[in-house]
Amino acid sequence: MAGPLIEVVGLRKAFGRHRVLKGVDLAIDAGESVVLFGPNGAGKTTFLRILATLSKPTSGTVRVAGVDIKNNPEGIRQYLGLVTHAPLLYTDLSAEENLAFYARLYGIDAPARRIDELLERVGLLHRRHDLVRTFSRGMVQRMAIARALLHNPPILLLDEPDTGLDPQAAEMMTDFLREIGGSERTVLMTTHHLERGLELADRVLILQGGRIVFDELADALSYEQLRPTYDEYVGAGVMVA
Amino acid sequence: MKRYLQVVWAVLWKDLRIELRTKDIFTSMAVFAVLALMIFNFAFELRVPDKTMVIPGVLWVTITFSGVLGLGRAFISEKDRGSMAGLLLAPVDRSAIYFGKMLASLIFILVMEVFLLPLMVIFFNANFISLPLLLVLFLGTLGFAAVGTVFSGLAVNTRTREVLLPVLLFPVMLPVLMAGIRATIGFMEGDALADMMKWVNLLIFFDLLYLVVAYMTFDFVVEE
Repeated sequence: MAGPLIEVVGLRKAFGRHRVLKGVDLAIDAGESVVLFGPNGAGKTTFLRILATLSKPTSGTVRVAGVDIKNNPEGIRQYLGLVTHAPLLYTDLSAEENLAFYARLYGIDAPARRIDELLERVGLLHRRHDLVRTFSRGMVQRMAIARALLHNPPILLLDEPDTGLDPQAAEMMTDFLREIGGSERTVLMTTHHLERGLELADRVLILQGGRIVFDELADALSYEQLRPTYDEYVGAGVMVA
Repeated sequence: MKRYLQVVWAVLWKDLRIELRTKDIFTSMAVFAVLALMIFNFAFELRVPDKTMVIPGVLWVTITFSGVLGLGRAFISEKDRGSMAGLLLAPVDRSAIYFGKMLASLIFILVMEVFLLPLMVIFFNANFISLPLLLVLFLGTLGFAAVGTVFSGLAVNTRTREVLLPVLLFPVMLPVLMAGIRATIGFMEGDALADMMKWVNLLIFFDLLYLVVAYMTFDFVVEE
């Protein structure tokens, strides 16, 4: 496919009089890992929800694989996996039942092998028959990633996936995201954790006041270089140490 | 079409599985139905000469009010556990989610009715159950679940969702309730089937109308 995998042009979103996104322009190529920083209320979650077809833009265009999401939202959803701080899991179903349910939603034929493979990958194969409500927060978040990867989407959207995790679980999550990022999959992640975001990303964006105000390749940036910019746009108090 | 039905079945299977495990919805509906029956029974015992006269009204009011508890949970539980977005991310027409949820609600209410009817026979000391009556109950419950599931999806994004659902639902349900009560009275009094068909046809008409409108509007209903 020629052109970027995700292309956003003049994206605006308002809830009543409150304008959240005020004209976002962005192009993300296939295989890029992009981290999006921004203060609370900057519109990061709204932006990801629009990309995931969960919310409609007020104006502007979003194209995924060259297709306008307004024209074929069902088709676009097959391209996307979404991980949010809410795991989108059913606590009264077991790990295996949750993945089997989502496999049916995504039309995965003979999903048993894929479910086993993913549970193994997130280190939960031995807990496959246990109800999700018996899992720790870190385990639930690993299950959420397994759910998002079930249909092997070329695009993975991560909305603060490390929220509420203890440092050890967050470190495990970082290792896992580094592993699944790879060269094939396009990853767009929001986080408040500067060091972790910089470690995982090829490219760094900052969204502030509903606009992209910073866009640089991560290779060209060190933590020390980015920190003053981060503090200026996002605020030192926001960053998780 | 196969994909569509697969999603309908997936949502239905998931809701039934969770309900079999937790019994949250059935317990609240059944307890409410028993309490309502007891209150009606004591209330009418004092003033009504023949309690069988009030059976159609008591039956439909009990089904409607206890059914609202179950319908309310259809999407509120998804919203509360944060799984609503997971459903909406499915790469399929969102009406498939509606039909899965609607069928689950229909089954929950029908199971509650299976529990309710023998209790009513005991409380009112009258065997009023017949096959035509069961058909009317099924058609009325289908219409109730069809429109109630849509309004449950609509109410879930509002702050006053528990209040909003019955406020929206009951006025729209009136034709189904009216036809259901009239047909129940007729079948209990032994009226000819031919005379009752106008009410049965009215129920079928509104069931189809609600299902078609729900199919066409559900995507907008759950939209942010």
